[in-house]
Formats: sequence, structure tokens, C-alpha cells
Amino acid sequence: MAKGKLTFGDIDVSVNVPAGTRVIEVSEKVGAGIIYGCREGDCGTCLMSVDEGIENLSEPSALEDKVLKENMAGKDMRLACQAQVIGEGETIVKPA
Amino acid sequence: MNKNAKAVEIAKDIHWVGAFDPDLRVFDLILKTANGTTYNAYVVRGSEGVAVIDTVKEEFSDAFFERLEQVVAYEDITAVILNHLEPDHVGAAPELMRRAPQARIYVSNRGLKLLNATLKDELEMYAYTLTNDGDQVSLGDRTLTFVHTPYLHWPETKCTWVEDEKILFSCDVFGSHFCDERLYNDLVGDFRFSFEYYFKHIMRPFKRFVLEAMDKIEPLEPALIAPSHGPILRDHPMEYVRSYRSLSASRLPNEMEGKEKSLLIFYMSAYGATADMARSVYEGASDVDGVRVSLYDLQGGETDPFVDLIEEADCLVFGSPTINGDAVKPVWDVLASLISIETKGKFGAAFGSYGWSGEAVPMIEDRLRGLKMRVPEKGVRIKFHPTEQELEDCTAFGRSIAETLCGKAKPKVVDFADL
Ligand SMILES: Cc1cc2nc3c(=O)[nH]c(=O)nc-3n(C[C@H](O)[C@H](O)[C@H](O)COP(=O)(O)O)c2cc1C
Ligand code: FES
Repeated sequence: MAKGKLTFGDIDVSVNVPAGTRVIEVSEKVGAGIIYGCREGDCGTCLMSVDEGIENLSEPSALEDKVLKENMAGKDMRLACQAQVIGEGETIVKPA
Repeated sequence: MNKNAKAVEIAKDIHWVGAFDPDLRVFDLILKTANGTTYNAYVVRGSEGVAVIDTVKEEFSDAFFERLEQVVAYEDITAVILNHLEPDHVGAAPELMRRAPQARIYVSNRGLKLLNATLKDELEMYAYTLTNDGDQVSLGDRTLTFVHTPYLHWPETKCTWVEDEKILFSCDVFGSHFCDERLYNDLVGDFRFSFEYYFKHIMRPFKRFVLEAMDKIEPLEPALIAPSHGPILRDHPMEYVRSYRSLSASRLPNEMEGKEKSLLIFYMSAYGATADMARSVYEGASDVDGVRVSLYDLQGGETDPFVDLIEEADCLVFGSPTINGDAVKPVWDVLASLISIETKGKFGAAFGSYGWSGEAVPMIEDRLRGLKMRVPEKGVRIKFHPTEQELEDCTAFGRSIAETLCGKAKPKVVDFADL
């Protein structure tokens, strides 16, 4: 199965993850600084900045897009509870 | 029902129409109120419209409507401004909208979901506007300007500014739970402790946001601040603004001036095993340059001063033995008290000695994660007293946490399956 490398810049931990894994599933396990509220793409708490490899993440859904806009998120920002790793390259994320 | 409810004119065509709740002793579960509180609501009349700013807790609706009716007919209300959608301010709002359905509701843009939850299905019958910082509503000869103050103390909180009278309707900002029918800060009893107590319990976790809000409010130089709880501040209002600034400053300024990170280790130990671990963690962390490490036995301290220390710290490490399948109470007391400060983003870790099941460490780690802290290092658990080798593991653990804290740790690569 395709694996991507997901790196949490704030704690310098990289995890090799199977395609389809949501960032939240990994960040919680490694103790990264991204935080969560609703866990379902509603509250915007889990906003993260993607420093590299944003193309390795699934496209934001209409719901996520709306929340990103409400939070005035930049182009390189995503919700960690929504974004899935889909590509094989390295994706570097950190709390927004 | 309050038979003598009178509206109070606080400026020309601006009335207080709130309610007194002198018997309340505990507010929002976390605040004590020695003489009750007030729910302040206001009516602002202009040449072409009337705005109601905030309402009261539902049980106090009668007094609110009685006062309201003294100063405005329902059909003349053009705007209902909800500065904050907590139930103690919007309790009477559904009924107000039923009586004044033509009024347009104003809430800040982050308040829509809460407005929905407040008015439920009835919301669709009314017009509402989601406001941005700086948006205005005209009442003809009077203009209201919204000053957004997010996270003081909910995401949607805002204030409303009336330029011609230089009045700030500040909602929970500058509020206090203090009930005195004389209303004004220069007439009521001494409420200074309530003002600070309120700040400490409601605003303190959001100090960062308080400072941003003061940057917006200070230049307005309000001549009167009308909060939604407690005395109206007409005498030296700017003192209260300055007070918010100083209460948001660092409580314990120290010598490090940001040059070093601070790492605090708290532990408890019945037979000395966790205490031995604590000393080794301490030694390991102290090996790392750029970190100031402190070691505290929780048995020798009170919770509150530790909370003050923690507020200023970058990393917290807790050591607890497992007793009856749990971490010990003083550890939980500290962890439970952290609700009143900002912990998000701090680093955390746990260690402890145990006999057979060892739940304390993972339970503490869960709590640290719940406090939105980073917990990058798996906690160390040791059965009974540590051996020399195990103490070395503790030293390595302390060193590793300190290195991660100051960005010196080697990057780690792991496999998802191993997590
Ligand atoms: C001081 C205070 C802080 C609150 N903080 C949060 C919060 O961080 N997140 C949240 O979802 N709700 C928060 N709330 C909202 C409460 O969870 C909500 O009002 C709930 O309906 C209260 O339930 P209760 O009636 O059982 O007390 C807070 C409420 C108060 C009074
Ligand atoms: S946790 Fe609420 S949007 Fe992700």
C-alpha cells in the first residue's frame, strides 16, 4: 500500500502512514501540538499550516472550505481532523 | 416578580434595563458570588431607531420586560444586539424577539451557530446580521460600532461602542459578579475583589486575547463602560482598562527574560520510588543548556502558587505513583486547576512508580493532551524502586524532554503501525 511521510514540524517527528490516514489519527498519537475541538470539521480549532507537500493531502470538502474561510485561513492551511494523507511524498505540518 | 423595577437613564436616551439577582451564590459552577450578581441590559434610542443591547437570564425576564416597556414600545425596536450568546445574557432574547419580531438581530460572525442554538426553529422568522469588527448600525443621529473581542471569553464575544456618548457596552469584559442597586462604581460597595476574581476565573485563560482587545479599546477612551454584570463604570473607567492590562501581564516576571525555557517537575511519592525517579529526571533535564529546571514535591506546596508557576512555564512533568488504579489526588488537584490558565502548546510528560497495573502515567498523559498540551515523549513507568539502570532511563527521559523543549532533539521517524 502507498505510504506517505507525515512530519510534525513542531516536535520533529515523522511518521510513515498508509494512504487515507487522517492527520488527526497520527498527530494525537505522537503528541504533536495540533489541538482539537469538535473533531468533525466544524469548529476550526485544529487549523494547521502545511509547510510542504500540501498536494499530498486530500482536497478539502465543501464543509472544510467553509470553515477555512470563516477562520480566514491562508492557502497553506488545512483542518487536521479533515485532511487525509493520499500522496507518497513528504508532508510537513505544524499547528497554525 | 420585581414590583419596583425602574429603568435607569445612564446617558441621554440610553437606559439600563437589566435585573438584580442578589441571592445567587455560585455562578457558572465555578464562581462564588458573595452578594449575588446583576444581568445588565441596555436600550439605546436614536432619531431613527432603538437598539436593545443584551438581555438577562431567563428567570429574570419579568423585571427586564417591565423596565424595557418603560422606555420603548416593542414595535419601535429596530435592533437587538447580542454581544455574547451565553444563557445569562440571551435568556430573555427568544421572548424579546417574539414581542419585537421586526427587530434585526446582530451577532458577531462566529455567533451564528450559537444564535441557532438559542432561538432554534424560530430563528428563521427573524432578520439577522453577522457582524465583523468595525461594522456599524445607524440609529439616525446615533451610530453603534461593533468592537469584536473574540475569546473574552467565548469565541463570539463583542462589545458595542456608542461614539457620541463615548460609552462602551462591554458585555462580560470588565464585568464583575456584584449586586448593588446603586449601579454605579462610585456608589456601590467595595467590589474590587469581585472585579479581579471575575478576571481570574473568566478572562485569565485568554490573556493573550485580552491584550489584543485592550489594544482596540484603549484608543476609544470610553467615558463610561457598561458591562453586562456588576457595576457600571463611570468613575475613572480607564482605570479598569489599565487593570485588565496589568492583570494580563506576567504574574511572576523572572530573570530568564525568554532566554531559557522553563521546565517544572512535580511529584509525589509514598515510599520514595517516584521521588528517586524525579531526581533522575531532574538531573537529565538539567544537563541540557537553555533550560531552567525546577523540582517540586507536591506534598510541600499549595495548588494555587503552583498554578501561577505553571502559567509561565514551557514544560510540565508530573510524577505520580499508581494508587488504587489512579494518580494521586494532589496531582489531579493541580491538573484540574489548570482550567484557569492557558496550557495550549506547552510540553508535558509523566512518570511514576507502580506495583502491578500502573495506570497513573497514562492517565496523566491523557489529561495533558486534554489540556491541549504536546506530549511527545512516552512516559516512564517503573515497578517499585528503580534500579541503577532504570534511574539512567529516567535521566535519559529528562534529557530527551528538555532537548525536545528547546528544539535540540534529533528528528524521529516512526512507522504508523508502531504508534
Ligand atoms: C465559563 C464557561 C466556559 C465555557 N467554555 C466552553 C468551551 O470551551 N467549549 C464549549 O463547547 N462550551 C463551553 N461553554 C458552554 C457550555 O458547555 C454550555 O453553556 C452548556 O450548555 C452548559 O451546560 P450545563 O447547562 O449542563 O451547565 C462554557 C460555558 C461557560 C459558562
Ligand atoms: S477539530 Fe473542529 S474542525 Fe477540526
